This record gives sequence, structure tokens and C-alpha cells, in this order.
Amino acid sequence: MSTATLEPRVHAPRNYLNADYGIRSWLFTLDHKRIALLYLVSITFFFVIGGSFAVLMRIHLTEPQGALVQPETYNKLFTLHGIVMIFFFLIPSIPAVLGNFLVPLMIGARDLAFPRLNLLSWYIFIVGGLFTLYSAIGGGVDTGWTFYTPYSSTYSNTQVTAVAVGVFITGFSSILTGLNFIVTIHKMRAPGLTWFRMPLFLWAMYATSIIMTLGTPVLAITIFLLALEHLFHVGIFSPALGGDPLLFQHLFWFYSHPAVYIMILPAMGVVSEIIACFARKRIFGYKVVGFSSVAIAVLGFLVWGHHMFVTGQSVYAGLIFSLLSFLVAIPSAIKVFNWTSTLYKGSISYDAPMLYALGFIGLFTMGGLTGLFLASLATDVHLNGTYFIVAHFHYIMVGGAVMGYLGGIHFWWPKISGRKYPNAWAALAAAIVFVGFNLTFFPQFILGYLGMPRRYAFYPAEFQVLNVMSSAGATILGVGYLIPLIYLIWSMRYGPVAEPNPWGATGLEWKTPSPPPTENFAEIPVVEEEAYAYSAEETAGA
Amino acid sequence: MHNLPFQPDQASTIARSVDSLYFFLTAITLFFTGLIFLTIFYFMIKYRRRSPDERPRAIEGSVPLEVLWTAIPTFLVAVVFVWGSTLYFENSEAPKGSLEIFVTGKQWMWKAQHPEGQREINELHVPLGRPVKLTMTSEDVIHDFFVPAFRVKKDVLPGRYTSLWFEPTQVGTFHLFCAQYCGAFHAGMIGSIVVEEPDAYESWLAGGTPGESIEQAGAKIYQQSGCGTCHVDDGTGLGPTLLGLYGQPVHLTTGETVTADEAYIRESILLPKAKIVAGYSPIMPSFQGQLTEEQLNNLVAYLRALGKEQPKPKEAGKP
Repeated sequence: MSTATLEPRVHAPRNYLNADYGIRSWLFTLDHKRIALLYLVSITFFFVIGGSFAVLMRIHLTEPQGALVQPETYNKLFTLHGIVMIFFFLIPSIPAVLGNFLVPLMIGARDLAFPRLNLLSWYIFIVGGLFTLYSAIGGGVDTGWTFYTPYSSTYSNTQVTAVAVGVFITGFSSILTGLNFIVTIHKMRAPGLTWFRMPLFLWAMYATSIIMTLGTPVLAITIFLLALEHLFHVGIFSPALGGDPLLFQHLFWFYSHPAVYIMILPAMGVVSEIIACFARKRIFGYKVVGFSSVAIAVLGFLVWGHHMFVTGQSVYAGLIFSLLSFLVAIPSAIKVFNWTSTLYKGSISYDAPMLYALGFIGLFTMGGLTGLFLASLATDVHLNGTYFIVAHFHYIMVGGAVMGYLGGIHFWWPKISGRKYPNAWAALAAAIVFVGFNLTFFPQFILGYLGMPRRYAFYPAEFQVLNVMSSAGATILGVGYLIPLIYLIWSMRYGPVAEPNPWGATGLEWKTPSPPPTENFAEIPVVEEEAYAYSAEETAGA
Repeated sequence: MHNLPFQPDQASTIARSVDSLYFFLTAITLFFTGLIFLTIFYFMIKYRRRSPDERPRAIEGSVPLEVLWTAIPTFLVAVVFVWGSTLYFENSEAPKGSLEIFVTGKQWMWKAQHPEGQREINELHVPLGRPVKLTMTSEDVIHDFFVPAFRVKKDVLPGRYTSLWFEPTQVGTFHLFCAQYCGAFHAGMIGSIVVEEPDAYESWLAGGTPGESIEQAGAKIYQQSGCGTCHVDDGTGLGPTLLGLYGQPVHLTTGETVTADEAYIRESILLPKAKIVAGYSPIMPSFQGQLTEEQLNNLVAYLRALGKEQPKPKEAGKP
């Protein structure tokens, strides 16, 4: 009945957005594109929550004695900031939003292999997220996102179990998404789309999915053991019960270090797509970049011990983990060199997605290189547990993963929404994010080297100047994140209508209307060209 | 000499060598970040799009370049790996003759006990120019003993000993931080390391109220707990002799050999069945929960002293 009244206003052809209306059509959808949007809205919500915690922390730290809250509250703020940002924003960000939207489109399929499982994974995510938020409001949690025992299992008086259960539940959402992607990429590629014709984004999604399906169960087991000890006093982690507190750290990092690659590999995939499009070049060393994703995924499982160099673990264990950690640096370096070389003799335009992608390369380079300080035993001893660590992983996760995510959102926004956003505003926002980010986190490298430990609710006065700089940078960074939120929402109604391929990009997702119809393609496409066929001779030949 | 701005004090023998590696890594970071940024800016300007229908020629890639930029990072990380590991290994064992101090962490304070028996809270006096070895444990959660000026850090764990050592090279007062999050007042679990000239340290020691030394206190606990009933000096008791034990290899029933350090002695008191000396039965009762952390420290210090002074009497007499 509602369609009757709306019919005259619909000029656009049928697409996945106007195919059906009403809240039920969204909550019961099996369309991967709609599920991607459900994720987009949910993780944006969590990003705002996690970001608000960060804002409060940075205000608090402008004064050595703490400007805003009690130490107990500060401890809850950094804990929830970490938990929300990692488990409810960064891990689902690119895979669940862009991956869900793009994997079927890029391989020329009508949907993922298991559409119902896909919807289920979103519901699991929401249940886990709301459960965690509810526990956070009803008491909070103060263990740090790392939940180290025996503090978490025996000493903390906060909602550890409830929050851990929330994270446990959400893990299944990751596993199901990973499983869905692996099967889809294996079985549903369009005719002619061989593995080495796939866009690198798909290689990255594939590598990420492997980590999600293999790593996340270990986190679930760890949380389960924690609950077992907590509820039934089985001695696993607590020395008072005959357990080993370091066992928890081994299990935790066995998942949580690879989890870093769940966050960064998808961003690397996005950057490959963007660089190729805006330089109009095939990615330099396509196979090398693809295989380096797989190498990072595999090596990433073997380096967890570098989080534990100062725990008193054997010096020989330290030696092995140090060596393996250095090895991960090599495929990462190879990627950076290849992206940079892709620009050589290209035709480069400076649209907003490209600015984010170039920003990613710079910040990821710094994040990666500062990782060497922490892989090296002698320097890690001094820097471990200080703000140097905080700065390093924010360069990877915010400078890297979030820049990649925003670049991807800007690149595919015309496809997702069918509208274009104001490019000048987008370029300005990218610049503000870049400047704000560096001002926030660069001083933290120095703070760490000077010896300021992380997770301090108050601190010696000599560290104040650098902390104030960091807080000032955070203000700029916050503005940089708000601007896209405004103009992207604005563009959904008022933006100019986007053509099917506004950037002149290659890839199957651009060969269907913007926004795509529910079935993605009127006819399943046949792929006859290599990925990134941007050059004159290739298009002429096709 | 003035320290550079943006640099913590270099107040221990290892600080300078750690900093050398730190600066080498900083140089690598700046070089490659600069290289990547400049290359990107250069390409962005030189190859900017001049007309909308520009179609550059495709470049597949280059095997020699791939090999080159795999080899260079591999070589560099190999250098850093060897450098960092060597430094770490060289400094992983405390030198012989170190001043031995016990440290106990608890929410949210640091307690230290000197060999002569003096106790301190959130302060640690040490003499200049002599290696100091800390044997550390925690009464509750995991803490971390971190002295930025010395470039040393080690987790302090409940239920076991960890240790670290340093040799101060500069008189002064330096920050001691807890670097492992340990609860509400983690940020308040800070103290100072007071480095004094040896004379001043001696008079500080004398000025305290020592009462009994840490080893004397340990000897009392040894008596009260009845350790000597089984651990008879000549090795004829139900348990192995403890004379000449410390620092020596111990052969276990499993065929393994372990070194009798503080961690081993502590474990054998609390979990006697964990490692059984070859030729003996697992009959010793556990003392878990019967001794406080500080009593345990005292007892370990006494056993250490027993073990250092007398050579093994019985072994020599064996046929």
C-alpha cells in the first residue's frame, strides 16, 4: 500500500535500496548489500561511542593530576575505548561493511554463498554489542581490553564476566563472516575470473577470513576458560589456585596479535584498489602484493610472544619470537614499495579516496617501522608498556586501518548510495584527519621513550606538555571525523546522482548501476581481462 | 654533559648501548618514511593527470626491483635482530657479586628489603657503581618494575620470582614506575630509585633500624618450619642437603637438570612435588599459604647464603 503512494516519486530504476521499504524489509533482508548497510550503521554507532571515550580520556590527561574523572573511572574509559573500538568497530569495519557489499559484486555473483548465515552474523554482532554496552553502563569494566589475569579473574570488582561474554558472542559473528567469504570466493567467481584476475581487495578479504575462522575460536576458548575458573574455581590462570597467569597471555595474544592483521589486511586491500584507480595503473607486482597478504596472515600466527618479552619468559623464546616478528616486517615493506611504484608513470588524480590511500601509506610506513623497535629485544624492554606502544598501534590501527576504511567508504560511496558527495569537503576532511592524527599520536612516541607508562590516570608533571599536544591533536582529529559523517549523510538526499562508474574504475562492481539492483547483475558477467586493466592497449584489446 | 632534550637520563651501564640501537632504529624510520613521502610527493606532481582521457601504459612489475626491496629490508632487520638480541643476551644475567635485594609488589606499592634487613616502601636506595640484582615477586596481581633511566623493565608475577639487574652510573633520584596495569591506583604505584655514593649508601644503611639481617630472619623461619629435620647437612636425611645448593645444577628424577636459582628454591618450597631431586621421594609437604611473601624472601635468602658458603661436603666423599 505504501508503494502505491511512493510510485510516482520513484524515477530511479529498481535497485537494492528502493526495492522494498519499511523496517521489516531491512531487519529480515538476505541481500548482502543491505546487510552491509546494517553493519555500516551499527559500527558507526560503536565508533561514535568508542570515540567519545577517547575524547573524555584526552580531556582528562591535559592535567597531570587528571582533569576530569576519578582514576577508577579513567580505567573504565580506556578499557571500554579499547573493547568497543577493537571488537565492535575495527574488526568488523572493512570486512563486514565493504566486504559484505563488495565481495559478491567483485566476483560477479548475486549474493554471498550463505545469505541467511550472513544475516545471522549481524544479529549475533548486535546481541554481543548490546550485551557489552549494557554491562558497560551497568558497572563498567576496568581490566584493559587485554583482560590480563589474575587481575581480571580474581581482583577486579567490575563486570568482567558480562563483558567477556559479550566479546565471546561477537566472536561468532566474525567466524561466520569469514566462513561465508571463504566459500563465496572459492565457489562463486564469475566465469573467467581466475584467482590471479581477482582484485587485490579479494585477496585481502580471503587472507583476513582465514585469520577470522582460525583465530577467533582461540579467543572463545580463552574466555571460556576464564569463566570456568571464575565460576568453578578450576585452577587455570590464577596462581592462588595453582594456575599460571602467563598462560592467559599466551592464549590471548595467539588470537589478538593475528587480530591486528584482521584490522590491517582489509585496509591494504582497499588501498590497492584506490591506488590503481586513481593512478590508472595496474598494481605494480600484483602477485607479490597478493601473496604478501597471505604471508602476513600466516606469519601473524607465529609472533604472539613479542607481547611478552618482559614477562620473564625464557630468553630463547624471546629470541625466536623476535626473529619471527622481524620477518612480518618484510612482506609489509614489500607492499609499501609496490604501492609507491604503482604511481610511477601513472595518471594521478587527487580525489578524496586517493588522499586517504596516500595518507594510509605514509602512516602505515611509520607504524610498521616503529614496530621494529618493539620486535627488537633490547629496545622493547625499555618501550614495552609505555606510550610508545600506544602510539605504534594507533599508527597501524587508526593511521592504517581507519584511513583505509574511510578511503574505501569514499571510493565506493557512489556505488553504495547512488549519490556523490562534495569532493572539496572530502579532501579537506582527509587533510584534517591526517594532521590531527599526527599531532595526537606523534608526541606519544616521545612520551613513551621518556618512560611514561600507558594506562596512567595521573602522571608526573614533566609529561604534561606532550600530553597537552596530544589532546589538542585529538580535537582536530575529532573534527576531521565529524565532517564526513555530516556530508555523507547530506549526500544521500542532496548529493548529485552517481553514474555507474564515476571514477572510471575497472572491476565488476562498476559494471552494474549505482546503486546496484538487488540481484547485482542482470546477467552474470564473463571476465576476459586481467585485474586493473587501466592502460590504453588493454582497453583497446578488450 | 647535558642530555639531549626529549631523552630520559642515561643512568645505568646499559642505557647508552640501548640508546645507540634506539637511535639507529630512529634513523632507519626517518630514512624510509622520508623516502616514501618524498617519492609519493614527487610522483604526485610529476605524474599528475593532465587530461581526463589520459591512459598510461601498463607496467607489470619488475623482478629485479622486487628482489632488491625484499633483500634490503631483510638485511636491515637481520642487523637489528642480531644487535637487539646480543644486547639483550649480554644483559640477561646479573654479574657475580651483585648486591641482592628483594622486591615485593602489591596493590599499590613497592616494598624492598636489603640484605642487612632494612626495609623500604616506594623507595629503593642503591650504591653507585655496583651491580644490583632484584629478586621480585607479587602478592596479588601482575605488576611491572620499570626504571626508565636505567632502561630496565621486568614483570613482577604472583607465585614466582622474576629478576632484573642494573648498575647505576649516576647519583640522583630516578622514577620507578609500575608498567603493567594493576587496578584502580596503578598510576600511583610509583616510587623512586635513590642512587648514592657508596659511602652515603653505607651510612644510609647504618642509619636504618636493621635489627636482624634478611638471612638471620630467614634462619629463624628455617628453624621454626623444621626444614633441618629432613634436609640434614651431610646429605643423609630424607631430603637432599641444602649446603652448596645455590647456583649449582640439580639432577631430577625426570632426567632433566635445572639450576638451583631463587625461582627453583621458591618453587620447591611452595610446590615441592613439581621437581624431585634424583634419588629422593616426593614426600615434602607444601608450605603454600603458610609463609608470607616476605618470610619466603627471607628463607630464600638464607638458603642462598647456605648454598654459597659451603662447598658440597658429601658429594666429594662418594666412591
